[in-house]
Amino acid sequence: MSRIIRVQAENFDVGVESAALTHGRTEIGALVSFVGLCRDEGGALAALELEHYPGMAEAELQCIAEVAEARWPLQGLTIIHRYGLIRPGEQIVLALCASAHRAAAFSAADFLMDFLKSSAPFWKKTHLRDGTQGEWVAAKASDEEALQRWGQP
Amino acid sequence: MKLLYFASLRERIGRGEEQLDELPPQVLTIADLMVWLSARDEAYEAAFASGLARAAIDKKHAKPEASIAGAREIAFFPPMTGG
Repeated sequence: MSRIIRVQAENFDVGVESAALTHGRTEIGALVSFVGLCRDEGGALAALELEHYPGMAEAELQCIAEVAEARWPLQGLTIIHRYGLIRPGEQIVLALCASAHRAAAFSAADFLMDFLKSSAPFWKKTHLRDGTQGEWVAAKASDEEALQRWGQP
Repeated sequence: MKLLYFASLRERIGRGEEQLDELPPQVLTIADLMVWLSARDEAYEAAFASGLARAAIDKKHAKPEASIAGAREIAFFPPMTGG
């Protein structure tokens, strides 16, 4: 089992991270990657500003990873979450899950994203194309509801 | 202890952190601390008025009834929107 957790301002390369996770490993049969991107909201959005709580953000991602590793037979897991100013089309978050078979890898990646959204201390603020600073993005009730699918972690 | 504020709470309160050296003895929990801060200044009252604020003690999520005894760092923030 390998685990990489990073919180960084810099962009990431999915290919490089995937290769790092699987390099020299012959027991992995499935690698699922999820990449969250910044969308432009119909052309209105200039950028998202991602704020985080340094120290706690990393610690929460470690906690979520531990829960996923206890629940599914994973052989590797990578979570990278960016902060700072992110423009439409750019990458925000990466979740990689490796397992012998695809079911565990798909489920674990889905689970990581659901829990990350509601328990990792990151907040998004919109910056609009017309130059105004927009609102802080409100948490969605659907994000909390998504957690119910997984029962008590 | 150190208090930290993030995102919309930081903007409403007008600062990201402050040091609290002394608290009245009746301030025992996260909820007590929010009431005490709200009474101290209307910016805090406005920030906490929605009832949505979350808290963390020493970088771990904490419920309103959690004891703040021995806490070194308490953070307040709105519901998270990462991912």
